[in-house]
Amino acid sequence: MIKVLKSGFFMTVQDVGRFGYRDIGVPVSGVMDNDSAAKANKLLDNPKEAALLEITMTGPTLQFEAPTYICLSGAFLSPTLNNEPIGNYQVIQVTKGDILSYGRLEKGFRSYLAIKGGIQTDIVMGSRSQYHPVTPNKCLKDGSSVAYEETVSFEPAISGLKVDRKFEEETLEVYKGPEFSILSDAQLGSLFGKSFSISEKNNRMAYQLGELIQGHKHSMLTSGTMPGTVQFTPAGRLIILMKDGQTTGGYPRILQLSEDSICQLAQKKFGDTISFKLL
Amino acid sequence: MKKLPISIKPFGQRAILIEWPSEVSESVLGEILEFVDCFKSMELPGWEMSIAYNSLTMVNSIADVDFESVEKQILDCQNGQKKIKKKRGRFLWKIPVCYDSDLGIDLDEVSTVLGISQTQLITLHTAQEYIVYGLGFLPGFMYLGGLPEELEIPRRKEPRLHVAQGSVGLAGKQTGIYPQDSPGGWNIIGSCPTPIFNPKAEEPCFVSVGDKIKFKEISRAEYNLKKIEAEVGIFKPEKIALDD
Repeated sequence: MIKVLKSGFFMTVQDVGRFGYRDIGVPVSGVMDNDSAAKANKLLDNPKEAALLEITMTGPTLQFEAPTYICLSGAFLSPTLNNEPIGNYQVIQVTKGDILSYGRLEKGFRSYLAIKGGIQTDIVMGSRSQYHPVTPNKCLKDGSSVAYEETVSFEPAISGLKVDRKFEEETLEVYKGPEFSILSDAQLGSLFGKSFSISEKNNRMAYQLGELIQGHKHSMLTSGTMPGTVQFTPAGRLIILMKDGQTTGGYPRILQLSEDSICQLAQKKFGDTISFKLL
Repeated sequence: MKKLPISIKPFGQRAILIEWPSEVSESVLGEILEFVDCFKSMELPGWEMSIAYNSLTMVNSIADVDFESVEKQILDCQNGQKKIKKKRGRFLWKIPVCYDSDLGIDLDEVSTVLGISQTQLITLHTAQEYIVYGLGFLPGFMYLGGLPEELEIPRRKEPRLHVAQGSVGLAGKQTGIYPQDSPGGWNIIGSCPTPIFNPKAEEPCFVSVGDKIKFKEISRAEYNLKKIEAEVGIFKPEKIALDD
């Protein structure tokens, strides 16, 4: 078991997602930054479906109750193992009783903790990803614990990776969305001509942008949405749906983020800036 | 029979959107359902399809989409060059609703605003067969069409922060059931004790797009019984197969 001594701001169990239930309105969920999560699993030679912990903004304090190997990735939250600093993208052996804690958020917003063999919580509708009401809880709380299988020895193919992830990169690559054609020249000018800031309304469901562009009166029948869909409200607000986002919506879908850009946005926090570049 | 025109659009790296004429109608929905049966018959890997009114969003969870080749597969289906192997059955579900005023907390107000008695309101609400045009917004939330005009009432000015799971509401041209506790602005006229979405069930949502819903008034005693049945997981919603 991993014992959650302190849960930090927001920590969940996530895997690659919950597929096959879009037709009944269930979001795909899964890791927000798939690129970082996949690298950590890869270093531990885990299957790509292995579940890990997604840690947002401030880190938890965790205690390991059996020996295993771990790998951290994504945002850098100044982690320490038994008070000794450790790095991201390194395979690290832990022993019974070891305590992992985190310090200052240096880079990014979401950090991953992968564990050899993956987190072993219950699978609900084909996935371990926490999403209420599919799973009983929406996140891990103080005092809870999550299971894993102990690993006494493991020879990683490589012990670490040097990852040069540009967290400060502003540009998100986007495709035209289904309602792109409703945009006027003035709206297009604002959309591609300036930067937008991430508002305080950002979470696993959606990121709202701080600045408005000129609004619209386009009305449409509710239609499908997915992670990375940029919705455009009549008031001119831009809302980018993320992994726990609804599967249908009634706002025009003007842009669609690339898969890489979804990972990049997942590492942005309140006040960071982004801009759009058409692919 | 000649088919309705469709438009096929790329939707990012992993999806394609197909749109039929922009109207809420059973004939449009029928063609979409037929298309889905046909496309599924090709057994191509990774596709998830969700219908909402006049559109079908096809997302591939495994790989990036090559637009031209998928467009061709779509057109082959549309032009009758592919056979439907398995047609999905459609059902009429009888959904129990208790219209007691402590559950239907806006019943008094709705009946006053609409100028009809509560009995008339319940009779109108339960007489209709509603078509499920989509499932989305929340897991198991049904977009239902066919509300009688006499029951059209604007949504509440101030949404409630908490609407209980199972609440049956009216808003504009829509009626529906809140599948989970959630915030909401619909006028609540009753409560359904049977969970529409149950993640522990083998089929987490028994309703599919294209099915029909008919509400059935039940007494408080039946409501309480069905609530207990739901809690222990032995409920069985009543259904009738629809012939197409």
